[in-house]
Amino acid sequence: MSNFIVDNNGIKRYLVTINVNGIEYTKVVKANTLLVNFLREELDLTGTKKGCELGDCGSCTVLLEGKPVNSCLILAIEADGMKVTTIEGVASTANLDNIQEKFLEYGAIQCGYCSAGMILSAKALLTENPKPTEEEVRAGISGNLCRCTGYINIIKAIMAASGQEVMN
Amino acid sequence: MYLPDFDYYVPASVAEACQLLAENIDCAKVISGGTDLLPKMKHGLLSPQILVSIKKIPGLRKIEYVQGKGVVIGAASTINDIVFSEVVQQKYPSVSNAAHTMAANQVRHSGTVGGNLVSAVPSADMPPILMALNATATIEGPNGQRQLPVEDVFCGPSKCLLEKSEIITEIIIPDQAMTGSTYFKFALRRAGALAVVGVAAAVQVENETIKDARVALGAVAPVPMRAKKTEEFLIGKKISDELLEEAGKIAAAECKPITDFRASEEYRRDLVRIYTKRALCKAIDQGHV
Repeated sequence: MSNFIVDNNGIKRYLVTINVNGIEYTKVVKANTLLVNFLREELDLTGTKKGCELGDCGSCTVLLEGKPVNSCLILAIEADGMKVTTIEGVASTANLDNIQEKFLEYGAIQCGYCSAGMILSAKALLTENPKPTEEEVRAGISGNLCRCTGYINIIKAIMAASGQEVMN
Repeated sequence: MYLPDFDYYVPASVAEACQLLAENIDCAKVISGGTDLLPKMKHGLLSPQILVSIKKIPGLRKIEYVQGKGVVIGAASTINDIVFSEVVQQKYPSVSNAAHTMAANQVRHSGTVGGNLVSAVPSADMPPILMALNATATIEGPNGQRQLPVEDVFCGPSKCLLEKSEIITEIIIPDQAMTGSTYFKFALRRAGALAVVGVAAAVQVENETIKDARVALGAVAPVPMRAKKTEEFLIGKKISDELLEEAGKIAAAECKPITDFRASEEYRRDLVRIYTKRALCKAIDQGHV
């Protein structure tokens, strides 16, 4: 981490380049900038939500090098040189991703606050395991809390997105 | 929640990291996964002026079998690295299964095994199974390298025996005569919950007799503890239902749980009794699971 400048208050500011949703962003950040704040405040990508900010709720889930992580527990500087996918990058065209479509179809959005994190966890799950069992879906989203407690519709939506039969 | 200001260093080697820590002895902390450190900093419980990141030091994130040494797990390996490691799954599925009981997927992708040890949380999931398998930690500091059994790393809740300039670099699970091992965790939910009680058991079975046994308990003492009276009782005895029942009772008596908001002391003792029996049964019957 040799690229830094010291501001008038003696605080170091570091140059980082992070690939977010396929675009390389080079920005100056303080060491204490959390990835979630970098995304929301520096890049205006406010689809990533902040919930507990302690790594318990999963609202801020993003994919770091394809793996779901809590962006409230990652420093932006740690993501230097890495690839991040946020909810804004899930749909590759003007159309929604299949998982997003199924969330709408099955009423899995509800208040919407957990949806971004849920969809990214679902995306990571289906990428590794295209035909998960219902049990595996439950495990796959177990790091994401829905305070509407509408998990059943979320599980149905993910099962449907994997092209499997949805139980009533 | 925002973090206070700090400087951030990415040393290229363990030696450089130890030197940075030694030069800034009272104001520097190691950051690896950050899943334990950053929440503490957000709450103001810790306010290091310097963070020394060890996550990108070459070699600290490898898991391999080394002939004559055992399974070597680099300290910056994430919990999910252990869950999915072919080497661990093949030699000690019990360790990879124990890792899988921890936290949630997102945290397992960030949190590291070295961090799980040095955080010294009494309910941590990795220490009991590592202690049952007689694992050691390699610790490096400005004055060189030393080995410490995992069970000797802890000295109190959130306290471990490392000097401030020292780093755990790897955990070694030695080759062993134990024929089976397992970790049982009781938590209030299936994900994202700390252990109310964790019990790991490793046994060497020969001719229906327990030739050697190691039992380690989590969340029932200020530090993860060996149940040595239980082990002594078991060694040399013929396996029977009554024997395992009695072992559970001894473990329940020798642990030192407290009452807190997650469970009472009495409840924890009873869980230890039952889970010790179940863990021994499974390790005896099913190998390293």
